[in-house]
Amino acid sequence: MIPAPFDYVRAATPDDALAALGEHGDEAKLLAGGQSLLPLMKLRLAVPTVVVDLTGIDELSYVRDEGDSLAIGALTRHHDVATNDVVRREVPMLAHVAGLVGDPQVRHRGTVGGSVAHADPSADLPTALLALGASYVVRGQQGKRTVSADDFSTGFLETVLEPDELLVEVQVPKAAAWGYEKFTRRAIDWATVAAATVRRADGSVAVALANMGPTVLRAAAVEQAVASGSGAAEASALADEGTEPGSDVTASADYRRHLARVLTSRALAACLSGDRD
Amino acid sequence: MKVTVKVNGEQREADVEPRRLLVHLLRDDFGLTATNIGCDTTSCGACTVLVDGESVKSCTMLAASAEGREVTTLEGLAASGEWHPVQDAFRDKHGLQCGFCTPGMVMAAVSLLRENPKPSAEDVRSGLEGNLCRCTGYHNIVAAVLQASSGQAQ
Repeated sequence: MIPAPFDYVRAATPDDALAALGEHGDEAKLLAGGQSLLPLMKLRLAVPTVVVDLTGIDELSYVRDEGDSLAIGALTRHHDVATNDVVRREVPMLAHVAGLVGDPQVRHRGTVGGSVAHADPSADLPTALLALGASYVVRGQQGKRTVSADDFSTGFLETVLEPDELLVEVQVPKAAAWGYEKFTRRAIDWATVAAATVRRADGSVAVALANMGPTVLRAAAVEQAVASGSGAAEASALADEGTEPGSDVTASADYRRHLARVLTSRALAACLSGDRD
Repeated sequence: MKVTVKVNGEQREADVEPRRLLVHLLRDDFGLTATNIGCDTTSCGACTVLVDGESVKSCTMLAASAEGREVTTLEGLAASGEWHPVQDAFRDKHGLQCGFCTPGMVMAAVSLLRENPKPSAEDVRSGLEGNLCRCTGYHNIVAAVLQASSGQAQ
């Protein structure tokens, strides 16, 4: 399968990428690791007329310790996040989850920013980052803005990113107690359902779910139950409340609801006991 | 557009459309047909090659993105005329039946052993999760990778 023809722009810096987006706007698509975009282009589900290749922008691949949080460049690859000593020490959940994405070949190409910007509701990293309370730094023609993970995804594969904006950094608060449970039928699959739990610095517990609706989402009812003293088993019974999971070849909506409750229960137990750390 | 890539130690150049995939650059422009196209959907791993020493699926990378990088295919492993230890181990342990997945399996194994020179059997199984074999049931493939990691000929 071969993508439809397109014009190719190689960006060496974020400014190059922004200039190309300024010129081509809606017609252009940003190519990071390409592990989601290229399959879509080969199936002709995505038919951009201009592709702006970001893979040569070395300055957006980094992990920096900023005290209470880590700053991770948008073009940092899953493999680099999974194996980075600072990430493993300060946000072990993120290193663990980066190591669950796809397979080793995909992790050698795919990037954190690419996964976030693609906004697939079944993706691991956006789910983990939502529970962690991450913020996304976006550069546009006029300057920078920061968007909370809670406000980032607006629909299936849709985000608040404007056509001429570039995601440049992911900011992740440090967290020691966490849980992450992913269910797949085959090793390399996207999550049928996944549950992420984090005890944040303020003591509150956040719970995020993958593939229980058109976007990754917070399990608000579970969070409230935990805040009022419920244990993992009791709180997780509310995991599918307010969700709208789809039915497809891998699972029915009812089975997804069941998975959400079971996986949340396990992820909550790990988080509340702190036995991960 | 012009693409210049170092393939198996040799500087190669081709004039390609921007939509050219790396696997087609290798097979059709450079004639390196050890790299197979299996599923063509980033699942099976038959097209696995090394880019700057790390495994990638060459059906899911633009040739243009390989500009200035080093690509190693199965042909490059035995460029000196001597088989690579992973190739030897696949023969010794009979880590194949039909052989279609083998080039990708070998390249994935080489990348795995670079990152983890002494893997457990479990590490090998999860490290090869991106490569599908429809014949062997994986048992002999895992045995071959473990033999290669031990540095023993038999």
